[in-house]
Amino acid sequence: MTHYLDFEKPLAEIEGKAEELRAMARANPEMDIESEAAALDRKAADMLRDLYKKLTPWRKCQVARHPDRPNGKDYIAALFSEYTPLAGDRNFADDHAVMGGIARFEDRPVVVIAHEKGHDTATRLRHNFGMARPEGYRKAVRLMELADRFGMPVVTLVDTPGAYPGKGAEERGQAEAIARSTDACLRIGVPIVSVIIGEGGSGGAVAFATANRMAMLEHSVYSVISPEGCASILWKNADKMREAAEALRLTAQDLKQLGVADTIIPEPLGGAQRDRTGTIERVGTEIGKMLKGLSGMDRDALIAARRKKYLGMGKTALAG
Amino acid sequence: MNWISNYVRPTINSLFSRREVPENLWTKCDSCGTMLFHRELADSLNVCTNCGHHMYIAPRARFDRLFDNGIYRDVPVPAALADPLQFRDQKRYPDRMRAAQRATGEAEAMLVAEGEMGRTPVVAAAQDFAFMAGSMGMHVGNALVAGAERALDRRSPLIVFTAAGGARMQEGILSLMQMPRSTVAVQMLREAGLPYIVVLTHPTTGGVTASYAMLGDIQIAEPGALICFAGPRVIEQTIREKLPEGFQSAEYLLEHGMLDRVTARKDMRDELIVITRMLMGLPPAIKGELPPPGPAPKPEATADAAPGQAPDAGAGTDAKA
Repeated sequence: MTHYLDFEKPLAEIEGKAEELRAMARANPEMDIESEAAALDRKAADMLRDLYKKLTPWRKCQVARHPDRPNGKDYIAALFSEYTPLAGDRNFADDHAVMGGIARFEDRPVVVIAHEKGHDTATRLRHNFGMARPEGYRKAVRLMELADRFGMPVVTLVDTPGAYPGKGAEERGQAEAIARSTDACLRIGVPIVSVIIGEGGSGGAVAFATANRMAMLEHSVYSVISPEGCASILWKNADKMREAAEALRLTAQDLKQLGVADTIIPEPLGGAQRDRTGTIERVGTEIGKMLKGLSGMDRDALIAARRKKYLGMGKTALAG
Repeated sequence: MNWISNYVRPTINSLFSRREVPENLWTKCDSCGTMLFHRELADSLNVCTNCGHHMYIAPRARFDRLFDNGIYRDVPVPAALADPLQFRDQKRYPDRMRAAQRATGEAEAMLVAEGEMGRTPVVAAAQDFAFMAGSMGMHVGNALVAGAERALDRRSPLIVFTAAGGARMQEGILSLMQMPRSTVAVQMLREAGLPYIVVLTHPTTGGVTASYAMLGDIQIAEPGALICFAGPRVIEQTIREKLPEGFQSAEYLLEHGMLDRVTARKDMRDELIVITRMLMGLPPAIKGELPPPGPAPKPEATADAAPGQAPDAGAGTDAKA
């Protein structure tokens, strides 16, 4: 079952009709509907192309949150071999919103850290919808330090609505845990590359996305606050999320212009959810490229380049 | 430049300055409701003399009492791009900025200054909650980097007084990028072996707490300060239950191991002197009132030398007395 977003409803109707026709033809083999169905297919393809040619920022947010988009664990399964999950923060718990461990990427040992949102009700609850608690960030710090000691590059895959706003999370130092994770990203003497595969939600994303190179999928977003949150604060009305999404300039395209994202990974027509395998492959190719670009650099050069990149941000403005 | 900027503007400013002519001689304590006379309130550093509630204090008022004899010099902060996203909600961002500048008399939400505190050279930065809720935009990142660089030049500690509603939404992703940028500033101090001390004041929240505000070598908070990542309202909406009394207060965080100390504003300066001098490997400070800083007495000089000497002229033209 394809999950359609609200703006895809007209498309759902056409694709539904074509599917209905074909189902009828299967039941009555003498019916000739192929030319009619093919026309509907063409119409659907045109509509898909038009819809995705220029997605509004709010629609991009919806695509970035699409339930059928590949998740962190899908990328790990497809792109890394010998993935060996390593659990826990050695203090309190293992946070299932953050997956991490050692693995091979193109045969080279690396540390991989990824948000995992889950794909159905049971797994979403288990992974807390990709909203990490302090333990998740502390596990990430531990893994980054491990990578640093053993000279392994770090790959992070970012997909989170944000850090979890809960009572226990606050009591156990959510803010401090995020700060230490960003600190680790900037401190380690090994290459760190990051891909925003869906939602880059505020501080919860910064803690992993602070990297030598950062790529974003074409329809992913990265923002200081969710459009809904921004709308309820600045417009005093959470329904103004479309306006907020426009104003925040949170798309991969705007972030590339601002120098925050280094590259944009094109998504298949109709978004990552329409061709999961193709999307994952493209992300793999980009991770390979980013790592290769950093391979000749020593510890000091890697750290210095990272600092220079962040200190230099904010020199370019966007046109209105 | 010319007589307009050199003479007319300061004159106009001095006519309308809020600090010169208090509009309101009485302030009501936010907590107990006691009416406090402005002079009495200023003497107590905006702490209620009845209930001890710590109220808002402007960065300059804090600096006036932090540095020896109120002498300090502003550390220049490189200008950030104005309105990089051309952000507009119900108001335009530049209009919000102008309103904040008019209300506070400051250019931005963080001030950086250098001077001496108990004869200990320090660089201090203070966030101004009255300026767009102290929000962290590019200026705050630039201010912290400038503060760290000045501390490195002088080999002195950096003390940061935090207060913010979080990141400045009007600067979008660039405000979020101040989390890593400010972290780089902290790392520069760490590598140079210089103390980085954070004083968390009411309120410190969001991306500010989740970056430089929680990375101090020493973490001190003012009594009653709200310190959190997610605010109480957001959490109550998420977990759908009432939060306990005092949740996310400085005292609550101290109990949960997130802070080194909770210290009253009136004791903060002395405590900062003790801490910075120990961390810098300096001998204990001389207790009591400091003599006005002047030229060091020559060994043969007698005790009657220069009682009314002018304050150190080296503090420059930006100095506030």
